[in-house]
Amino acid sequence: MSIARFWRETPRRYNLGGSRCANCSNVYFPPRAVCPSCTAHRQSLGKMEPFQLSGEGEVISYTIVHDPAEGFEMQVPYALALVRTPEGPVLTGQVVDIAPEEVRIGLAVRATFRKLREEGKAGVIHYGYKFTPTQASPGPERKGAVAESVAEPTATGNAAT
Amino acid sequence: MRDVAILGVGMTKFGELWDRSFRELGIEAGFQALVDAKLSSKDLGALYLGNMASGSLIEQEHIAPLLVDYAGLSGHHLPAIRVEAGGASGAVALHQGYLAVASGAYDFVVVGGAEKLTDVPDVTANRITGATADQEWESVFGATLPGLWALMARRHMYDFGTTREQLGQVPVHMHEMGSRNPNAHYRNKITLEQVLAAGPVAEPLGVFDCAPLSDGAAAVVLGPLDRARKFTDTPVQIRASVVTSDTMALHHRTSFTRLDSTIVAAKRAFAHARRRTTDVNIAEIHDAYSISALLALEDIGFSEKGAAGRELAEGRFALGGNPTINSSGGLKAQGRPFGAVGVAQAVEIVRQLRGEAKERQVSGAELGLAHDVGGTGATSVVHLFERVN
Amino acid sequence: MPMQAGIVSYGAYVPRYRITPTEIGKVWGVDGEGMGIGLNVHRKSVPSPDEDTITISTEALRVALARGAIDPQELGAIYVGSESHPYAVKPTATVVAQAVGATPNLTAADFEFACKAGTAAIQVCLGLVGSEMVRYGVAIGSDTSQGAPSDALEYSASAGGAAFIIGREKVIARVHHTLSYTTDTPDFWRREGQRYPSHSGRFTGEPAFFRHVTECARRIMDVASTTPASYAHVVFHQPNGKFPARVGKQLGFTEAQMEHGLVTPYIGNTYSAAALIGLSNVLDHARPGERVLVVGYGSGAGSDAFDIEVTDQIDRYDRSVGLPVEAFLHGGVEIPYAVYAKFRGKIHLGGS
Repeated sequence: MSIARFWRETPRRYNLGGSRCANCSNVYFPPRAVCPSCTAHRQSLGKMEPFQLSGEGEVISYTIVHDPAEGFEMQVPYALALVRTPEGPVLTGQVVDIAPEEVRIGLAVRATFRKLREEGKAGVIHYGYKFTPTQASPGPERKGAVAESVAEPTATGNAAT
Repeated sequence: MRDVAILGVGMTKFGELWDRSFRELGIEAGFQALVDAKLSSKDLGALYLGNMASGSLIEQEHIAPLLVDYAGLSGHHLPAIRVEAGGASGAVALHQGYLAVASGAYDFVVVGGAEKLTDVPDVTANRITGATADQEWESVFGATLPGLWALMARRHMYDFGTTREQLGQVPVHMHEMGSRNPNAHYRNKITLEQVLAAGPVAEPLGVFDCAPLSDGAAAVVLGPLDRARKFTDTPVQIRASVVTSDTMALHHRTSFTRLDSTIVAAKRAFAHARRRTTDVNIAEIHDAYSISALLALEDIGFSEKGAAGRELAEGRFALGGNPTINSSGGLKAQGRPFGAVGVAQAVEIVRQLRGEAKERQVSGAELGLAHDVGGTGATSVVHLFERVN
Repeated sequence: MPMQAGIVSYGAYVPRYRITPTEIGKVWGVDGEGMGIGLNVHRKSVPSPDEDTITISTEALRVALARGAIDPQELGAIYVGSESHPYAVKPTATVVAQAVGATPNLTAADFEFACKAGTAAIQVCLGLVGSEMVRYGVAIGSDTSQGAPSDALEYSASAGGAAFIIGREKVIARVHHTLSYTTDTPDFWRREGQRYPSHSGRFTGEPAFFRHVTECARRIMDVASTTPASYAHVVFHQPNGKFPARVGKQLGFTEAQMEHGLVTPYIGNTYSAAALIGLSNVLDHARPGERVLVVGYGSGAGSDAFDIEVTDQIDRYDRSVGLPVEAFLHGGVEIPYAVYAKFRGKIHLGGS
C-alpha cells in the first residue's frame, strides 16, 4: 500500500476518529461524508461531525486465521474479530495478547496500538489498532492465560555479589 | 423491454490449466457458445466480458477487445466491454448482456467470463482475490476473504446452532456433484471425515471448506426470444436478471448471518418472474466457502433461517432434490475462476434445462436459478432461467 | 534551588511474553538457571512481533494521560529515549504524538544515550516546564533491545516502557534536584547498521556503571544535603538484578529502600525504561512526603540523578487507571526459545 494512501488514514487507524451525523446522531467508523440513515433527502450533507470512539468493544464474532494476509505470516495463527463498540460501529481487527483459542463471542476488548505491517525491511512501518482483552489490557495480569505455572523469582534485590 | 433467450453455451474445463493462456481459454469458451448457437459471427452486436482482476493476475488490462481480436473478429469492430464486480463479475456481465438485448440496443451478444488465477503464486492470488473485500478497513487489519466468511460462519453457529459437521457436508455434496462433471476442477468424491481432518484456513473453515483457485472461461450467446427458434430447438429464457449491492465491508452490515444483497436480489427476481422458490428445480448457488452455500440457501428462501445446514446434511438438495443444488459441483468442485463463475452457472442451468447434462441430468427441470456473490456480499446477482416449451 | 516542576502523571507498559534464562541456556548448552541466579534475572519480557518502541511508548503514555486526566492537546513536548527506535531516521516521537492525539502544536524528538535516554528526556522536560516554555512535557524511556544470540546480554535484554508527564500543576512528585555525571567511557555500543550491540565485558562494571552511578549519587546527596537515610526509596539503573543491589549497598542503602525500585529480576533489563519502570513501581506504592532518589545510567557513559519528594497530591491521583507495575512483574506468559526467536526476528522467512 502506498505511503500516502496509508498516511492519510492515520488519524482513524491510530486514534479511532469517526464521525457522527448531526441529523440523527448515528456514529460511523471510519468517518463518512454522508449518513446512510439520512439519505432520502440528503439531510446529513455538511452535518457530519468528527466523533472519537472510546476504543472499548465486545467480540461479536471471531475466527482464527491460519492462512494469513500478506505481512501477517509471523503472527499465525491469529485471532480476527468483529468488534462492536458501545458507540455503535463494528470494526474488524485482530485480538492479541490472548491465546487465539480463548477468544469468545462476548469477550470484552479494548483497542491497543500495534504494528500492522511493514513495507519490507527498508520500507515504512504501518501502525494501527488491534484489540486486547479488557481484563488483561494493557498488559498481562490474567493468570488463566498462563500456559504453565510461572516460577516466581527466587531472589529480589539482595543478591549482590 | 423484450424477452431474452440464451441461444448457445460453452465453457472450458476448469482447473489448474498450466498449458493454457488467458486468451486461449476465452476464445475456446466463446467459440463453443457461438457454434452451439449456430450464429454467424457477423451477426454479433457486442461482447460483455466478466473478469475480476486481469490487471493484477496477468498484468493485462483492456482484455475485452483482446479476446475479440484473438477470436478473429477485430474486423467487425464490435463493442467489447469488460465488466468487474469481484467474484460476481461474470454474473454482472450476463446482466449487462441481458439489458443490451432486452433494450433492443443489440440483437445478439456474447457474454463471456474468464479468469487466469494460476499465473501468480497462491499467496499473490489470495491477496488479489482478497481485494474484493475492503482493503482499507478489512485487509489492512489482517482480514482475508476466507477469514471474513469464517466470521459469518462462527456467528451462524452461535445464533442458529449450525455445526461444524453441517458445514463440512457442503464440500462433500459439491464433490459428489463434481464427480459427474467432466469440466470440473475436482472430480474426486470426499468424505466428511476428510473435510474435518483437513488443515484449518480460518477457523471454523478448513482447506476443504474453501473453493480452489482455478483457471477457466465460460460463454453464452444471448438473443431476442422471438427469434430464438431460428437458432435452437430448446431456447432458454432469462426470466429475471437482478443485481444488488450492499456495504463493502462486512462489519458495516446489520447482520452477519445473512446477505441482504442476496435476499433482495432473490425477492426481486421471483417477483419479476412471478415465480416462487418452490417452482425452482435446479439452482447454482455461490458456495465459495461452506458457509456461503448455507447463507445462500437461506437468503434465497429455499431453507428457513438457520435450517440450511441440517437440510443439506439430510440430503434435501442432492441430485433430483428440492431443488437440486449445484449439479455442476459449484465453486467448490467445478472450480472458481472468479470472473467466469457467474457465466458458468448459466451454462450449467441451460444444459440442465435442455436435458444435456448427461449423468448429472435432473429430469424434467424447467426453472433454474443462478446466484453469485462478489466479495463478502457487496454484490449479489440472481438470475432465473426457464425452458421455453 | 528547588524547582517548581515535577511529575504530574506516569504510566508503564511491559509486553505480555516472558522467557527464562534456563530456557535460553538450554539452547546454548549453558547453565541458564545459574546464569539467572548470578545476574538476579529470573524472567525477561519479550515483545510480540507487532510491538516495538513506538507501540510500547504509546501504550505507556496513554495510561499516563488517562491517570492524570490530561488533554493530549496540552502537551508541549514529547521526547522518547530509546536505543531501539524502529527507524534510524524518522522519529519515534512523532508517531507517538499522533497516536495519543497530541499533534500538531508541540515539539517532539528522539533521544539516544544508551540506557539513560529516558532520564535525559526528563531533565529536558524539567527545563522546558520550569522555564514555562511548555505546560506539559512528556519523557518516555522505552526499548525492545536485543542481545545477540548466545551473548550474555541475551539472558537479560528485554522490552518495556514508561512515560512521565512533567508539569507544574497537580504535581504528585516534586523534583527538588537533578544533576548528571558524564564521561567518554566505551563500555557498550552499537554501530550504525549493526543488528546487535557490543560490549566490553567486565569493563562495563567498575569503570562504567559503578563509577558513574556512585559519583552521581554522592554528588546529588551533597547538593541536596541528604544522606541515604533521607530516602524512603532508591531506584538505580538495573542492567541486571546484581549491579543495582551492589551499588546500593556500597552507597549505604538498605534492601527495604531498594525493594520497589528493583524490577529487572522479574522482567529483565528494559534499557531506557529500566530505571523509569522502577520509579513507576515506587510511585505505585509511595505515600505523601516520601523522598525518592533515582540514579540512572547510560553506557558511553553517564548518570542522571533525581532527588524527588512525593506530594500530598498523590492521594488525589488515580493510580487505579491502567495496570500497576506489579501486574507486569508477576503476570505474563512464558514462551519457549523457538517462539522467542520467531518473535524477535531471529528467524528469516524465505523469499523476503
